[in-house]
This record gives sequence, C-alpha cells and structure tokens, in this order.
Amino acid sequence: MLLKNATVRRKIVITLAYAAVVALLACAPMFLSDFRLNLLGKFLAYGVVALGLDLIWGYTGILSLGHGIFFGIGAYCMAMYLKLEATGAGRLPDFMQWSGVTSLPWFWEPFRFFGVALLLSVLLPMLLALLLGFFTFRNRIRGVYFTILTQALVLIVVTLMIGQQAYTGGTNGITGFRHVLGFSLASPSVKNGLYYISAAALVGSFLLCRRLVRGPFGKVLQAVRDGQNRLRFLGYDPAKYQMFVFTVSAGLAGLAGVLFVLQVGIISPSMMDIVPSIEMVLWVAIGGRGSLIGAAAGALLINASKSGLSETYPDFWTFLLGGLFIVVVVFLPKGLFGLLARLGARMKGGLGDAMAGGRGRAVVGEDHR
Amino acid sequence: MPWPAEEVVLSLEKITVEFDGFRAVNGMDLSLRKNEVHFLIGPNGAGKTTMLDVMCGKARPASGRILFRDRIDLSKKKEHQIAQLGIGRKFQAPSIFSELTVEENLALSLQKKKGVFSVLFARRKEEDARAIERMLSTIGLGEVSGRRAGGLSHGQKQWLEIGMLLIQEPAVVLLDEPVAGMTDAETEKTGELLRRISVDRCVLVVEHDMEFVRQFAGKVTIMHEGKLLMEGTMDEVQADARVAEVYLGKRRDADVVGAPA
Repeated sequence: MLLKNATVRRKIVITLAYAAVVALLACAPMFLSDFRLNLLGKFLAYGVVALGLDLIWGYTGILSLGHGIFFGIGAYCMAMYLKLEATGAGRLPDFMQWSGVTSLPWFWEPFRFFGVALLLSVLLPMLLALLLGFFTFRNRIRGVYFTILTQALVLIVVTLMIGQQAYTGGTNGITGFRHVLGFSLASPSVKNGLYYISAAALVGSFLLCRRLVRGPFGKVLQAVRDGQNRLRFLGYDPAKYQMFVFTVSAGLAGLAGVLFVLQVGIISPSMMDIVPSIEMVLWVAIGGRGSLIGAAAGALLINASKSGLSETYPDFWTFLLGGLFIVVVVFLPKGLFGLLARLGARMKGGLGDAMAGGRGRAVVGEDHR
Repeated sequence: MPWPAEEVVLSLEKITVEFDGFRAVNGMDLSLRKNEVHFLIGPNGAGKTTMLDVMCGKARPASGRILFRDRIDLSKKKEHQIAQLGIGRKFQAPSIFSELTVEENLALSLQKKKGVFSVLFARRKEEDARAIERMLSTIGLGEVSGRRAGGLSHGQKQWLEIGMLLIQEPAVVLLDEPVAGMTDAETEKTGELLRRISVDRCVLVVEHDMEFVRQFAGKVTIMHEGKLLMEGTMDEVQADARVAEVYLGKRRDADVVGAPA
C-alpha cells in the first residue's frame, strides 16, 4: 500500500521534473542572449556524447577514451558539406588551393549533398566502432587493454588528419562556413533553429538510451558489466552486446559532432584529440555514471562552469576540473547525481526505505567491472 | 549393468586436455544418461573440474570427441552456443549477477532467444512470469524474489544459480561442488533438489562431500590423475580397493591393477 503510493508519487515527481527540464530548454531562447544560447546549444551537443558514453561505460562497463574520434568524424563529415557549400560549385576549398590540389578528391564528392553528409556523419563513426569492437570484444579484449586501444585509435586518426593537410585542412581544421541548406548560419533565427534541433536531439537520444537501458535489454547490459563470463554460460554472447552498444554510442557521438560544427563553425583535430576524449569521460564521471540524466547534466554543468570560470579566471579552470575529478572518484563513485539521489532518499527516510528496492541499489551499489 | 535402458545424452571419448604441457585429463571416457544423478569424484587434481570445463566449452580438449545427442560435436562450439544447446553449468563459487534482483536473474536466464535484437524487442509474457514464479518456489526463494541477489546468503546464492540453470530446461546440468560451504540442512535440501531435477535430464555433480555422494548418487565415476579409475554404484565404489588406495594413500597392491572397472 505504502509502496504503491510511494511509487505513484515518485512517478509523478519524475514526470514533472522531466516536463520542467523540457520547458526550460524550450524557453531558453527567450531569456538568453544569442551568444549564450549558442553556447548552450553546443553544451547540448556535448550532452549527446555524454549519453552515449554513459551507455557504454556506466551501463556496459567498457571505458572508451576514444569518443573524441567518433565526435570528430561526425563533425568533419558535416564540415565537408558546409565547406563545399561555402566554396560554391566548380571551385576548390581554400586550404586545398593553398596545398596545390587541382581537383576535388573523390572522397569529397559525396559531401556535396547534405543528406549524404548527415548520414555519413553518423554511419562512419558507427562503422569504425563496429570494426574496432569486432576485433576486440570477440577476442575478449576488455578492461584497460580496450581503453588503451581506443587511445591508440585517437592517435592514429588525429595523426592522419594532421598529416593529410591537403585533404583535411590539417591542424587548422575546416572552417569558414556560410550556409546550411541555403540558410545563412549567421542569422539569429537559424541559430535559434539549430538550438532547438540540438535540444530535440538531446531529448531524442535520451529516450533512445532509456529504451536501451530499461527492460530486459538493460538487464543483459548490466550482466555484461558485472559478469560476462557467467552470461556466456547462460547462452548469451557478450561480444555482440558490447559491439552493439559501442556502435550506438559512437553514432550518438557522431550526431553530436554534427550539431557541434553547425553551431560552432569550426572543427579541427585539437577538438577530437586525446584531451577532449578524456574530458568527455570526465563529464560522465562527475555528472553520474550509470544514470543517463546524470551524464547529460554533467556535460552541461561542467561545460557551463568551464566557460563561466575561464572567462573570469582562465588559469583556474583546469585545476578545478582536476580537483573535482579526484573528489568524485574518491568519494562519489556515482557522481554528483548519485549524491543528489542519495540525499533525496535520506531526506524521505521511511519512504526512501520502502522504495530502496529500486533506487538505493542504483546509488550505493558496489562497483563491479 | 543396473542402468542399461536410458539414452546417452552426452558422451565424451578419449578426452585429453593439456595446460602448458601438463595433462590435466588424459584419455578420459564418460557418458551421461538421462534421468540420472551422476557423481564425478576423485582426489584433488584428478581433473574433475576440467572435465566440466570441457563439456561446457570453457576448456578445449587437445584430442577426443564430445558428442551431444549422438550427433552434435561440441568441441567446435563456443560457450554460449553450447549453453543454448541445453548444457548448463554451475560454477564452484556462486556466480550470479549481484546487482540484479533474484527475479531479474531468473528472467535473464529464461529469455529464450538471446541475440541482441531479440532481447531488444522482447516482451515479457504472462507464461514467463509463471515460469519464474514456479522456479522461485522450487528453489525456495519466493520470499526474497525482489531482493538484490548480492545480498543473499551463500546457500541462497547457490540455489539461485541452480534455478538459473534449471529455468532454461537444459538437457544436461553440470554442477561443481554445489554443497560446498552449506549447512547440513541446506545440503539436505540441495540433495532433494538434485533428485527432483534429474527427471528427464542428466545431472553431473563434482563433489568432495562423501556423505552427500552416498546419499544422493545414482552412478559414481572416480577419476584419478586425469584418468578413469572406476565407475559403478556407491556400494561398488566403496568396496573397491583401488579407490581406497587413491583416497587413503594405501600402498599399491599388484593384484588389483588391471581389474575390470
């Protein structure tokens, strides 16, 4: 009786909270300046990356320090379209002319079309992730070895991008965009539209991830994380699940890259390198691993404080991020969101106990990997 | 022969397993029959657990054949494929998913099609809920079905793991020391459970607890140094001089060597 009441009440509270977040996102353009709105749009894109990372790390127990690459490939695919759109038909992008390229390389051709570019910016990261997953998970490479391989992937791709300056823009990356599908990227209404698209993408990605981590599929993921050997003897093939989730996660990062480049107007190797890849993991760790809301909120919160603090104290930010990370790892294995949930449960006292079946476990459960 | 009629479900012929040149199992034969609680015993290092590993795909034999239902060769199959064919393995240490509830552990095992997309679009059915309910009462965990499995007692964890095997309705159940660390009452209960589950399937148990073997065994196979020492009923085994020698370290008696098993 009490349990049922509590569950119903909890459902109502959660639904209200979701509605409030969506309303807040929808109203943001009304009270934020164009500059701030653009920043928020970028953070929302980061939130999409964080959701994907949480899926693979928080729920499936595989730490990827290579998501910058999937993000970057997505961004580059869209950037190639934007660059060609800005350059105009029959002419070569500026950096190609500087490097003495005389005709458009064949692999740039498909990026004349927005639809193709958009599709490839999600599919290419997924394909790369599937390939890496195929050769690692099937051979039962996991834990720190897998993580090191993802770092190696970052090094390879970034080195390749920088080395092939004539085709990729090298260290400078690709920038100087004007239009997307004929709309001017500089116009405030287009910027507003892109913000809304980013918000919708974040909500959509959240719903997709929630669909994956709830129900029987989510239980299998948890089982992959906590005991994949046992799972094998129950007749499941953990490698297939790992490959699937890693691929989905890479696709989300690619999508985030698209949103990023449309709003920020530049992509370069330094935005997909080792440091950004690690930073992405920090958002999830600090926000709350194993909780989708926590991961997305972590990305938003940390990037907001990063831009806020580095405006006033440029040198201080890195120390704060590092310090925060240490505090979280040592004291808050489930991140800030885990702390919030625990405090909430404690405040409710008896009520919290009644529902401990679901929530207490997720929050204070010990860590198996 | 006291057990002629029953069909052989799993047969292992001349199995040899090597680890870095060490022969853990050396030309071992074993057949498992339906409706039988079969015990595999022997001193430490005899190769009992390795035999279980071979049957469930965890270890690969260097030579020999493993035939399931007379025609499926298991030596080429992966662990999850062997499990899907209906060979369930319980490990020595209870290995359940401690973050999931008891009920979720059973549901995870019950799921018939275990591919990524089948699970993604799986719907929980009424009959599944009933199957879980039945299994909960079989293994006596109905009261704690909503509890996190990591919080169960040692005995309860063992039963949960047995339940996770049984709910898949396997043809062969392989159990590695299921009563180790259990109280007498728990041991008794587990033995009864084994007897009940051997209907329509074969159960192979590796065990050290001789009292337990005496009480519940149908057939007993003794391994020693990777080889078959003898096979028979518990009475026959206890009367055998070679068995006593292996277990008690008696001096080898020339005239018993080569006696028919």
